Amino acid sequence: MPSSRDVVFVDGVRTPFGKSGPKGLYAGTRADDLVVRVIRELIRRNPNLPPDRVDEVAIAATTQIGDQGLTLGRSAAILAGLPKSVPGYSIDRMCAGAMTAVTSLAGGIAFGAYDVAIAGGVEHMGRHPMGEGVDPNPRFLAEQLVDGSALVMGMTAENLHDRYPSITKDRADAFALASQEKVAKAYSDGRIQPDLVPMATRSAEGGWGLATVDEAPRPSTTLDGLGALKTPFRPHGRVTAGNASGINDGATGCIVAASEVAEELGLAPKMRLVSYAFAGVDPEVMGVGPIPSTERALRLAGLSVSDIGLFEINEAFAVQVLAFLEHFGIADDDARVNPYGGAIAFGHPLASSGVRLMTQLAREFGERPDVRYGVTTMCVGLGMGGTVIWENLSWEGKK
Amino acid sequence: MTDIKELFADEVVTKAITRDVELPYGAGTMALITLDNGLDHTKPSTFGPGGLTSLGEALDAISARGDVVAVGVIGKPFIFAVGADLNGAALVSERDQALRIGKLGHDVFRRLGELDVPSFAFVNGAAMGGGLEVALHCTYRTISSGVPAVATPECFLGLVPGWGGTQLLPRLIGPAAAIKLIIENPLSQNRMIKGRDAFASGIADAMFEPADFLEESLRWAARVLRGDVSVSRTDHTADDWSKTVADARFLLDMKLHGASPAPYRALDLIELARTASRDEGFDAEDQALADLLMGDELRAGLYSFDLVQRRAKKPAGAPEAALARKVTKVGVVGAGLMASQMALLFARRLEVPVVLTDLDQARLDKGVGYVHAEIAKLLGKGRVSADQANRLKALVTGSLTKDAFADADFVIEAVFEDLAVKRRVFAEVEEVVSAECVLATNTSSLSLTEMASGLRHPERVVGFHFFNPVAVMPLLEIIRGAETDDATLATAFSVGRSLKKSSVLVKDAPAFVVNRLLTRFMGEVIGAVDEGTPLEVADHALDGLGLPMTPFTLLQLVGPAVALHVAETMHEAFPSRYSVSENLAKLVAAGKPGVYAPDFSLDAEAVALFSGGTSPSTAEEVRLRALRALAEEIRLMLDEGVVAAAQDIDLCMVLGAGWPFHLGGITPYLDRTGISDPRFLAPGVASLPA
Repeated sequence: MPSSRDVVFVDGVRTPFGKSGPKGLYAGTRADDLVVRVIRELIRRNPNLPPDRVDEVAIAATTQIGDQGLTLGRSAAILAGLPKSVPGYSIDRMCAGAMTAVTSLAGGIAFGAYDVAIAGGVEHMGRHPMGEGVDPNPRFLAEQLVDGSALVMGMTAENLHDRYPSITKDRADAFALASQEKVAKAYSDGRIQPDLVPMATRSAEGGWGLATVDEAPRPSTTLDGLGALKTPFRPHGRVTAGNASGINDGATGCIVAASEVAEELGLAPKMRLVSYAFAGVDPEVMGVGPIPSTERALRLAGLSVSDIGLFEINEAFAVQVLAFLEHFGIADDDARVNPYGGAIAFGHPLASSGVRLMTQLAREFGERPDVRYGVTTMCVGLGMGGTVIWENLSWEGKK
Repeated sequence: MTDIKELFADEVVTKAITRDVELPYGAGTMALITLDNGLDHTKPSTFGPGGLTSLGEALDAISARGDVVAVGVIGKPFIFAVGADLNGAALVSERDQALRIGKLGHDVFRRLGELDVPSFAFVNGAAMGGGLEVALHCTYRTISSGVPAVATPECFLGLVPGWGGTQLLPRLIGPAAAIKLIIENPLSQNRMIKGRDAFASGIADAMFEPADFLEESLRWAARVLRGDVSVSRTDHTADDWSKTVADARFLLDMKLHGASPAPYRALDLIELARTASRDEGFDAEDQALADLLMGDELRAGLYSFDLVQRRAKKPAGAPEAALARKVTKVGVVGAGLMASQMALLFARRLEVPVVLTDLDQARLDKGVGYVHAEIAKLLGKGRVSADQANRLKALVTGSLTKDAFADADFVIEAVFEDLAVKRRVFAEVEEVVSAECVLATNTSSLSLTEMASGLRHPERVVGFHFFNPVAVMPLLEIIRGAETDDATLATAFSVGRSLKKSSVLVKDAPAFVVNRLLTRFMGEVIGAVDEGTPLEVADHALDGLGLPMTPFTLLQLVGPAVALHVAETMHEAFPSRYSVSENLAKLVAAGKPGVYAPDFSLDAEAVALFSGGTSPSTAEEVRLRALRALAEEIRLMLDEGVVAAAQDIDLCMVLGAGWPFHLGGITPYLDRTGISDPRFLAPGVASLPA
C-alpha cells in the first residue's frame, strides 16, 4: 500500500478572531463550538465532498483541557455532525499546532493512509490563558537546559532583539504599523471576508449576537501611538503590545486531500504541498525558528528563497519576522511578505494560526497567477520553527 | 381595580435584550432580540406583564430607529419561550383584569407583524403557547431540527391560545392542522410535536440543524431580505373550513359533551379566523380569554396541572428519600400477564436482573416469552437499540424455585388475589431472601396488614398497586401496612420514581383510592339500572362531566368478573354503601364481556339481563346519586386518613382513572356544583378566589 501521492490544500476557513477577556467577542463562547462551526462550514462550502469521505480530523490546541480537551478532533467531529465513522484526534505543537495538523495529515495522505482529511486548530486564550496548568520540570532550570526567559514569549522576543542589534524598536514599530495598514486594506478590498465564517455569540446581559469580522485590528494605529506604549518585558525594552500579536480566541480549519482524490470528487484545490520542515533552536530565542525550518524546507523542495513569490509568516512579534527577513536578505517592506497583513493586527489564537496563514496564502495565490511558490512559516515556543512550501495551482505557467 | 402587575408580583421577568447584528451578504443591520428570563433552561422563559412590557419597550426602541432592515427574535439556549406566566393568571379575580392580560399580550405581540420592516422568529428551542405566538406574529420563522417541543397546550389547561394563536395558526397551516395542534393534541395527554414536524406542517419557513442554527438562520434571513430566497405560503382560505370545524365539533362532543368550555371557544375562534380582520379576531380572543380566566374549569385545570407537576413529585407523607435501600435485583412471583408486564417495566427502568418464578414451566416460559416478545417489539419500533434489546432480554429470566430470589432486594408478588395464597407466597420468599429485602404486593383489595402478619419481618411488606396497562398508567398507589417501616416505604417510593410513576401514599384500607371510588361510582349507576332505569339513560347520565368513558364502558374494560369480585370485597367491608348487583352476577355467569357489542351498540341479550326493575330514575337523579355517593365516600376516606388530603384523591383520579383536568380530578367539581357540603377545598384553591 505505501505510496507517494501529491497532497493538495482544498479550502480553508476560520472564525473571526476575538480579543480574549471578559468583554471579548467570544467571552461566552466555547472553544469546541468554534471548531464545530469551522468544520461545518468546510463541509457546506465543498458540497462535492461527501462527509463520509473524510478519513481523519486533526484539531490542534495548546491547552488541551476543558472545552479544548476530550480528544478535540474526535469530539468536534461528532458535534459537527460528521458521520460517526470519521475518526479524529488532537495535536499540540503550541503555535504551530494547526500547521502540524496539516503536515501530519499530509504525510498520511502521501503514504496512502487517508484520501481526504480535515485539519485545524483552536485557541480560546480567554478560557485558557497561556500556561494554564503547565508544570515545567525543575530540571529545565536546575540543569540550565533553558534560560529562565524561555517560557515567557515576550522575553524571548527581547532576547531576539539582542541577537539582531540592527533590528531596532523603530523598525519593529514600523513593521507593526504596516501590518495594521495592510489588514485594513485587505478588508476594504474584500480579501479577508470570503474565508471568515460568521459565528454566533452570546452573553447573559447582551443576548445573542453575531461575530462577522476580526475584533483585534486597530486601523487607527499611528507610529506615535506605538512609540508611546510600554515595554512590559524589560525596562526600556523594545517589545510592546503594539509590535506583538495579542491574546486572542479563534479557530481555523482546512480540507487537505490526495490530488487524485480531489480530482475524482470534483473538488477545487488551491495549492499543492511541495515540502515541509520543522526545526529546533534555542528556546530563549524561539523567534529564529522559521529560519532553519525554511532553509530545510527549501532544500527538500530543491528551491531557493528567490523562487518564493509570497511569504505568509506568522507575526508573533515584529522582531521575529524582521530577523527572518534580515537573514534571507529581504526588505522589511517587501511586497511579497504578508500582503494582507498578519497576526500583529489579526491576532494569534496560538494553535489555530498555522491554517490562517495557509488560507490567506491560498487566497493570495488566486489573486496572483504569476506566482508559483509560496511559503507559510511560523515560530514556536520552546524554540522551534515550522515551514510549509506550497505551489500555486492557479499558476499561469502551468497552463 | 388593581393593576395587573400587582398580581404578577412574583413574575420572573423575561427580558427582551436587543443587539445589532450585521447580516451576511451585505443585507444590512438586524436588531436581534433575545428573550431571556436570566435562569437556565430548566426554568423556561414565560410572559407576564413585566415580560410583555420589556418586549414592548424593545420594539419601541427599534421602531424609533431608521437604520435596521429587519427585526429578529430568538430565545435563550434550548428555550424559545413557553407562554404565559400561570402563577399570576391563577390570582386574577376580576374580569377586567383578565381582559387586560389578553389585551396587553395582543398589543405587544401584534407589533411584530406590523413593523415597517420584516420580522424573523428564530425558534431555537421549546416554543409553547405564548412563546409560539411570538413566533407566529413574525413575518418569517426558522426552526431548529433539535427543538423538542412545539405546542399550544392552552386547551389542556382550560384556556385558548388567545394572544393571536387561534387567528394566525389556521391561516398559516390551514384549519385542519390548526385544530390538531390547538385542540386535538392538548386533549390527547397534551401531546407536543417536534421541530421537524412543525417545519413539515408549515409553521416554520426553514429548518436548520442545532449546531449552527442562529448563524444559518441569519444567512437565510439575509437571503430573504436580498430577494435571493422567496418564501412560499399556502393559501388556506379556500379549504373547506365549515366541514373541518363541524367534524372537529362532532368529535369534541363525543369526548367532552360540552364539559369544558375552552376547546369549544378555541374552535369558534378558529372558525372566525377565516374571515375576521386582525382587530376583530384579536378582540374575540381577548373576550374568550377573559371568560375562561373567570371560569372554574380553568382554575380546576391549573390546580390539576400543579398536582401532577408538583405534588406528584413530592408525595405527601413519603419518608426521607435518603432512607431508601439500593435495589440491584428484583423478583416477581408469578408469571401471568400482570407479572410479565411488571417484569418488563422493572427491567427497562431499573436495568437490573429480574427473575420471574412460577410452579409451572409452561407458564414460566410463557411469561418470559411475553417479555422477550415485547422487547422485540420495542426493537422493531426503534425504541431500543439491538444492544439494549440484548441487555434487556438477558436481564429477565425465569426460575421454578424461589432460590433465585436469594440476592434480590425487592420481590413483588402478582399471584391470585387470595389472602391465604399470598401469605404462603411471602412466607416462602422470606425463607430465601435477606432480612431487609422488600416484599411488595400488587394486591388491589386485600389487607396488607393481614398479609404481613405471621412473617418474621412484617416491617418490610409494602403495597405497590399498579394500574392496567402497567407500562402506560402513570399512577402507583403505595400502601403502608400497620408495621411497614420507613426504610421499606422509602425504598418503595424510590423504586416508583425509577419506574417513572407518580406515587401516592395510601393507608391500608379496602381497595385503596381509585378502585374504591370507581367501584362506588359504578355501583350507584348499576344500582339505578337494577332498579329499572334504562341502561342507556343511566350510562349517559354523567356525560356532562366529560369523563374518559361511561360507567358501563369502564365495566367492559375492567371485565365484569373482576368488577364483580371487587364489588363483593367492598360489600364485605362496607355493606351499607357497596352492594353486589345480582344482574352483574348474571352478566358474569352468561360469560358476556359487557353490555356493549364490539360495534359499541348495546347487546340486547346483556341488556335483557338487567331488566325487571320497577322504579326507574331520571338521568338527573342518577347523576346526583352517583356524585353524592362519590362525595360521601371521599369524605369518609379523608376522615379515615386513607390519604393525606383531598389533593391526593384528585391526583389519584387524574392519574389512575384519567379523570379530566377541568373537573380537577373530582373534588373541585363536587365543590363548585354544591354537591359537597362542606367543601373539600377552600375557595381559590381550585376555583375562582372568593
